[in-house]
Amino acid sequence: MAQLLKTTFLPSSLPRASTVRSPSIHISTHRSRTTQVEAKIREIFMPALSSTMTEGKIVSWVKSEGDKLSKGESVVVVESDKADMDVETFYDGYLAAIMVEEGGVAAVGSAIALLAETEEEIAEARSKASSSSSSAAQPASTSSSAPEPSQTEKIAEPAGPAISKAAAIVGSAVHPASEGGKRVVASPYAKKLAKELKVELERVVGSGPMGRIVAKDVEAAAAAADAAASLAPKVGTTVNPPSGIELGTVVPFTTMQGAVSRNMVESLAVPTFRVGYTITTDALDALYKKIKSKGVTMTALLAKATALALVKHPVINSSCRDGKSFTYNSSINIAVAVAMDGGLLTPVLQDADKVDIYSLSRKWKELVDKARAKQLQPHEYNTGTFTLSNLGMYGVDRFDAILPPGTGAIMAVGASQPTVVATKDGRIGMKNQMQVNVTADHRVIYGADLASFLQTLAKIIEDPKDLTF
Amino acid sequence: MQSSFSLSCSQATTVPRSNYTFDSLPFAPSKPINLRFCGLRREALGFSSLSRSHFRRGLQLHTPTRSKRISASLVDNGSPPKSFDYDLIIIGAGVGGHGAALHAVEKGLKTAIIEGDVVGGTCVNRGCVPSKALLAVSGRMRELQSEHHMKALGLQVSAAGYDRQGVADHANNLASKIRNNLTNSLKALGVDILTGVGTILGPQKVKYGKAGFPDNIVTAKDIIIATGSVPFVPKGVEVDGKTVITSDHALKLEFVPDWIVIVGSGYIGLEFSDVYTALGSEVTFVEALDQLMPGFDPEIGKLAQRVLINPRKIDYHTGVFASKITPAKDGKPVTIELIDAKTKEQKDTLEVDAALIATGRAPFTNGLGLENINVVTQRGFVPVDERMRVIDADGNLVPHLYCIGDANGKMMLAHAASAQGISVVEQITGRDHVLNHLSIPAACFTHPEISMVGLTEPQAREKGETEAFEVSVAKTSFKANTKALAENEGEGLAKLIYRPDTGEILGVHIFGLHAADLIHEASNAIALGTRIQDIKFAVHAHPTLSEVLDELFKSAKVEAHVSSQVSEPVAV
Repeated sequence: MAQLLKTTFLPSSLPRASTVRSPSIHISTHRSRTTQVEAKIREIFMPALSSTMTEGKIVSWVKSEGDKLSKGESVVVVESDKADMDVETFYDGYLAAIMVEEGGVAAVGSAIALLAETEEEIAEARSKASSSSSSAAQPASTSSSAPEPSQTEKIAEPAGPAISKAAAIVGSAVHPASEGGKRVVASPYAKKLAKELKVELERVVGSGPMGRIVAKDVEAAAAAADAAASLAPKVGTTVNPPSGIELGTVVPFTTMQGAVSRNMVESLAVPTFRVGYTITTDALDALYKKIKSKGVTMTALLAKATALALVKHPVINSSCRDGKSFTYNSSINIAVAVAMDGGLLTPVLQDADKVDIYSLSRKWKELVDKARAKQLQPHEYNTGTFTLSNLGMYGVDRFDAILPPGTGAIMAVGASQPTVVATKDGRIGMKNQMQVNVTADHRVIYGADLASFLQTLAKIIEDPKDLTF
Repeated sequence: MQSSFSLSCSQATTVPRSNYTFDSLPFAPSKPINLRFCGLRREALGFSSLSRSHFRRGLQLHTPTRSKRISASLVDNGSPPKSFDYDLIIIGAGVGGHGAALHAVEKGLKTAIIEGDVVGGTCVNRGCVPSKALLAVSGRMRELQSEHHMKALGLQVSAAGYDRQGVADHANNLASKIRNNLTNSLKALGVDILTGVGTILGPQKVKYGKAGFPDNIVTAKDIIIATGSVPFVPKGVEVDGKTVITSDHALKLEFVPDWIVIVGSGYIGLEFSDVYTALGSEVTFVEALDQLMPGFDPEIGKLAQRVLINPRKIDYHTGVFASKITPAKDGKPVTIELIDAKTKEQKDTLEVDAALIATGRAPFTNGLGLENINVVTQRGFVPVDERMRVIDADGNLVPHLYCIGDANGKMMLAHAASAQGISVVEQITGRDHVLNHLSIPAACFTHPEISMVGLTEPQAREKGETEAFEVSVAKTSFKANTKALAENEGEGLAKLIYRPDTGEILGVHIFGLHAADLIHEASNAIALGTRIQDIKFAVHAHPTLSEVLDELFKSAKVEAHVSSQVSEPVAV
């Protein structure tokens, strides 16, 4: 037996040596590249996981910036042409800067992160990562085979997030949940989301049991932060005109804008009138909240509600083509106005009364994507029998829409807002209410028609259980 | 005997395994396993280890023991001839007892089985069986909810939902169906089912009876203890069955909490995390050891964590004990106090909706009357030798008494219990048999599944070092498998640990689609002693998942030549 072993060791020990040393395949590449004499900042390279691999994709960073690493620990998961593999570090230290983010691709041998030996060197490594690497890398380039240009490219990316993250940490930590704010109680998913969306849990107010922070609190906080962020530059734009517009010039209409112009003038030939209605949306909001996670959008919900109301009032879905007759449309196709870059489109949700809310939401998403890509087919934007226009998301509480030629009515939807209302039992309460305003062709649709349609619509929205069928 | 010793055990020493902490993992051996090959092995190149050195040296290969059997039967012949009610009585009608009973009938033994609760034991009523029903549901839910996955297949599904009671009923119906099948199979074979709690009165004598009824006393030539185990609840944990639960309660799925803590990240905990997250819960693991999924091959564990934990709504605390768990009451949530596993310092307090205690299982051996025959349990486990013969307080074998399954703690798996039962029946019907526990596969039915047989890589390397042989590892990915890609489930890894000099398979670990069904090719190879150089010529249907193993065997580099031609080439 011993003899057997002896003979077997010789020819095969070499290729197997790496496996014997580390208990798994984790191949870890390291080339210590001391860029300055005293600072020990090392680079982590994209390893070659197979002989055919030329580049690797970062599946995920197991560690985040600032984490302490010890020798042999997995740092990053790399996808090669064959499999996902963990890459280990061969040095103790701190993961100072990630240079290729998750999902990014790097050539074999190029640096994907920096490893600092001590905590003090993290900042240095980061600044090194963010600054142009030329000065730091030059003395080392003789000892390294890393392609210099690609490194510079990648280095530029993470600088932004790294800095903003550092700035964000300064925030105060007062939390109402428990023990006078000493502890943050957040559910596992909320924590994951917070990390993903870069939301500080200390600043989030929990709405779960006992003030626990749950996923939707984090989402709300992230949305609020986004809103704040998008507001900030808007202040500036009031002074400077939006980019792309040169003052003092005449710009001809695009084809789309020309079509809008023609339609608008044409609409003047139609005798229209308007009827408004205030609808309480508490129940609709609650339903939306419940099924939002399943991909249902408010637009789809409103289109569905409108379509269901139209079923009962076919005259609102009719139009006047020749000034002599009613044209009762066989299907209920809800066109929804969408602001596009430099124009307006009305993608159509066909048979909105028959299609279920989930399919309708999916259809809507598809239409919007197509509209953005300018790939809408004619039947997808000109077959509408009733139009919806919603400016609620801008905070508009009421407005007035122009009737598109060829249809009988258009509904303008304002924002749903908390409103103090007196209830029938003599109390004052808070309700979410929105105002809708329908413009209609009086040749076919009369005031009472519109009023009873709005009444039906209000009923549906205030008791929206039928919307999900 | 001596010759076989010098051949097989010249290098064999005890494999120290105590540094692998398996206690929280019921399927991993909580006691040293005797590394043994079953009787079908031609060569005796194996290793035998017995670390329970206070037992009598039991290092015998199967052939020499025949002498022992003869002396044993001589003793029987010397005592006054007795007539027994039964040839074999089995205490406990779980999967172990059932397997033993079936085999005993096949061997012509008059057999009775004593059960104080319901037929089927833990596995059928509170374990593997109902949990598979829940996991079947969770697997489908997970698939339907994965928009990305569905889209990649071109499928459109509108919102997937579930009815909790419907899911719970499915689990319950499955358990009762399997229970009836077991009961009927016992009855059909003529096994007497004696209802009541069985207690050993003395050698070859058992009493049984229900509370409030007179006891019956029966005698049998041989007795097998197969009383199984119950969920282990650490001290400081108050189980109320509603918000602080064990697997027994969880399988009834009485409610789906928003946030549940699972104490223990072994396979019970993992499977439940799969169920709960698919049904919409968020999960926090509390694990006493430094990493999740202890006991799994580290590489498999890492990959599993990346697939089963990180992308899901799960977080975890490792290296901590749950020192105190208080159920929810008076509007307060479940509170869990965590202390550092090493320093015992208070670390954190969790406030959650529910807690599942999945810290392993404790043997159910109280009231068995072991004191009547001078047997002392070790942490509740009945001490046995490698032939499942019960050992008394003085280290002597108790004649005609065996213990199988969770109650002996060798390998706490339903199919291991059954295999041990069959092994015992083989012995008492005159054919010596030692079960090779290293050939018993284990599986964790998460999505995707994890399965394993034999040694993990660190265990194999340690053994290789002690016994001076080289250990090699081969790996294949599911990413390269046609069938897996067709299912859009390319995530997975199969890993083979082997001896390059002999081609012997030391262990196989699989993480991926249907891993639990794929492991048997490897476990059969280990059980039958098939070498890699032989099995690599076996043909697998294309395209199937089994090609993952085909590729695995083919990628191994073995120096030994084909030991025997499987069959002569025949022209057709």
